[in-house]
Amino acid sequence: MNSASSISASDGSTHPVSKMNTQESINMSIYAKRKRTNLIGLFLSMSAMTLGMAFLLWILSVLFFKGFSAFSVDFFLNKTPGPDSVGGGLGNAIIGSLMIVVSCTLISTPIGVMAGIYLSEYGQKSKFSEITRFLNDIMLSAPSIVIGLFVYALIVVNVRHFSGWAGTLALTLIAIPVVVRTTENMLSLVPVSLREAAFALGAPKWKVSLSIVLKAAKSGVMTGVLLALARVSGETAPLLFTALNNPFFSFDMNAPIANLPTVIFQFAMSPYQNWVDLAWGGALLITLSVLGLNIFARSYFKEKISV
Amino acid sequence: MNTSSAQVPSVQTQKMRMQYLQDIGFEKLTMVFAATTLVALLGIIISLLISAWPALKEFGIPFFYTVEWDIINSQFGGLIAIFGTVATATIAILIAVPLSFGIAVFLTETCPMQLRRPLGTAVELLAAVPSIIYGMFGLFVFAPIFADYIQPALAGTFGQVPVIGYLFTGAFNGIGILAAGLILAIMILPFIASVMRDVFEIVPPILKESAYGLGCTTWEVVTHIVLPYTKGGVVGGVMLGLGRALGETMAVTFVIGNAHKISPSLFSPGNSIASTLANEFGEAEPGLHYSSLFALGLALFLITFVVLSLAKWMLIRAENKKGFKT
Repeated sequence: MNSASSISASDGSTHPVSKMNTQESINMSIYAKRKRTNLIGLFLSMSAMTLGMAFLLWILSVLFFKGFSAFSVDFFLNKTPGPDSVGGGLGNAIIGSLMIVVSCTLISTPIGVMAGIYLSEYGQKSKFSEITRFLNDIMLSAPSIVIGLFVYALIVVNVRHFSGWAGTLALTLIAIPVVVRTTENMLSLVPVSLREAAFALGAPKWKVSLSIVLKAAKSGVMTGVLLALARVSGETAPLLFTALNNPFFSFDMNAPIANLPTVIFQFAMSPYQNWVDLAWGGALLITLSVLGLNIFARSYFKEKISV
Repeated sequence: MNTSSAQVPSVQTQKMRMQYLQDIGFEKLTMVFAATTLVALLGIIISLLISAWPALKEFGIPFFYTVEWDIINSQFGGLIAIFGTVATATIAILIAVPLSFGIAVFLTETCPMQLRRPLGTAVELLAAVPSIIYGMFGLFVFAPIFADYIQPALAGTFGQVPVIGYLFTGAFNGIGILAAGLILAIMILPFIASVMRDVFEIVPPILKESAYGLGCTTWEVVTHIVLPYTKGGVVGGVMLGLGRALGETMAVTFVIGNAHKISPSLFSPGNSIASTLANEFGEAEPGLHYSSLFALGLALFLITFVVLSLAKWMLIRAENKKGFKT
C-alpha cells in the first residue's frame, strides 16, 4: 500500500495532497533512520577492526623496537648474566627451550596422531569417542597453570626435584589435544572412495588407516603438529613449577633446565635493567618463532591442498 | 594330496586370521592413545583433590568465600583470588565481546573480498602471540600510559557519578584489576572474533540474499538474520573467550599488581587465582599454604571446566544447524 501511494503521488493522482505529504515524510524519516543506523553500525564495526589491528601493530612494533637492540652474538651464545652485569645472553635458555619443545613434539605427535586415527577411523559415532572428543576440546583451552600444578604433584613431588622432563610432560599434555583435534579433522577430509578402493584391493583396515588415509592427509597432520609446536613454545605458566630455571648451560633433562619463557618472566619482573633488556630480546625471539611457525604451517597446508 | 589341498586354504585362513588380529590390535592400540586425554583429565582432578584435601578439610567450604590469606598464621581463604579472577575476566568479556562482534561483522560483511583472507589471518596471528608478550606489553608500555592519561580521565568522568564512582577511585598506578582486565580483553579479542567469524559464515547465503532482496540494510541483515541464526555459536564463542580469560596466567600476573586485598575500586591492585599460583607456589612450604594453593587451582579448573563445557555444548548445537542448510 505504501509503495502504491508513493507511486501514485509521483504520478500526481487524486489523493489529497496533505495525506500524501505526511505519508511520504514518514517514509523518508524511517528510511533516513535506517540508513543512519546502518552507517553507524558499520562504522563501529570498522573501528573495532581498526582498533584490533592497531593493537597488533602496536604490540609488534614495541616488541621489535625494544627487542631488536638486545640481539647480538652474545645474546644467542652466552649464558644468562647476573643482575646489573655487562654482557651475557640467553644461550642456555634457548638450548633448554629447544630441548624441551623438541622432546615434547616427539612424544606428543605419535600419541596425538594415533588418537586422531581412532577418533576419525574407528569411533566416529561411539559414546567413548564422543566423550573423548568433548573432553579433548576442553583440554584444548584448559588453564595451563593447572596442568603445571598437576605435573608438579605427579612428578616433582615424587622425585623431589624439578626437571626438564617434568616440563616436557606438562607441555606434552598441552600439545596432545591440538594434534588430536587437527589430525581428526584432516583425516575426515580424506575422501571415502580412497578408503573403499584400498579395501577393495584387500588391504586390512590398519594398513588403510596408516598408509592410505594418514598419507593422504600428511600435510594437514603436519600443520597440526606445527601449530602445537607454536602453541607450546610460548607457554610459560606450566614451566614455572616443572622445569624451573637454571643459570648455567645444562643438557641434563633430569635436572632443572633454563628455558626462554621462565627466564623472560623472571627477568621482566626484576628491577635490573640488563635483565629487562634481555627479557625483551627473548620475547621478540619467541614471538618471531611462534608467528613464523604459524605462517609456515598455514602456507604449507594451503600449498599442499591445492595440488 | 589330501594334506596339500587342505593346506592351501589353511594358509589363507591363517593369514586372514593374522590380519584380523592385527586389525583388532591396531584398533585397541589407537583406542588406548585416544584415552590419554581422558586419563589426563581424570588425573588432573584426582591429583588436585588429593593435594588440596588438607586445606579443604581444615577450612571446609568457607575456604571459597573467606577473605583471609595469612601465610604466617596459616589462615587461608580464596575469596580475594577468586574475586580477582572473576572481576578481570568480566571486564575482559565486557570489552572484548562488542569489539570482536564488530570485527566479525567487518570480516564477513563489509570487508572487500581481497582483504578478507589476509585480515582474517592477521586476527588469527594475534591469537597466536604468546600470553607472556601481552603481559610484558601491559606492564612496560600500557600501564604507564594508562596511569598518565586513561585513569585520570576515567576518574574525572565516571568517578564523579554517585554509585559507579567508587569503581574509579584510588591512586593512578597503572596496574590493578582494571588494567589486567583490559590486557585480557586485548588477548581474548582475536579468539572470540575468529569463532564469531566462523559461525557467521555458517549462515546460508540465501537467507541473507532474501533479506537484502527485501531491501534490508547490511546492519539489519546482521542484527535480524545473522545474529538470530547464529545465537548459540556466538554465545559459545564468548564462553570460550571467558574460559581463556579465567585461566590466563601470564597476561594477568604482570599487570594485576599481586596484592592480597580486596577493594571496591577497580584501580586498586589485586590478585587472581592464576597469578597467586604463579607468585606463591615456588615459595610455598609443604603444609596448609601449599595445600590451599592446590585448592585454588582446583577451583580454577572446575570453574573453567564448567564454562568451557557450556561453550562446547553451544558450539556443537550451532554446528548441527549446518545440516539444515538450504
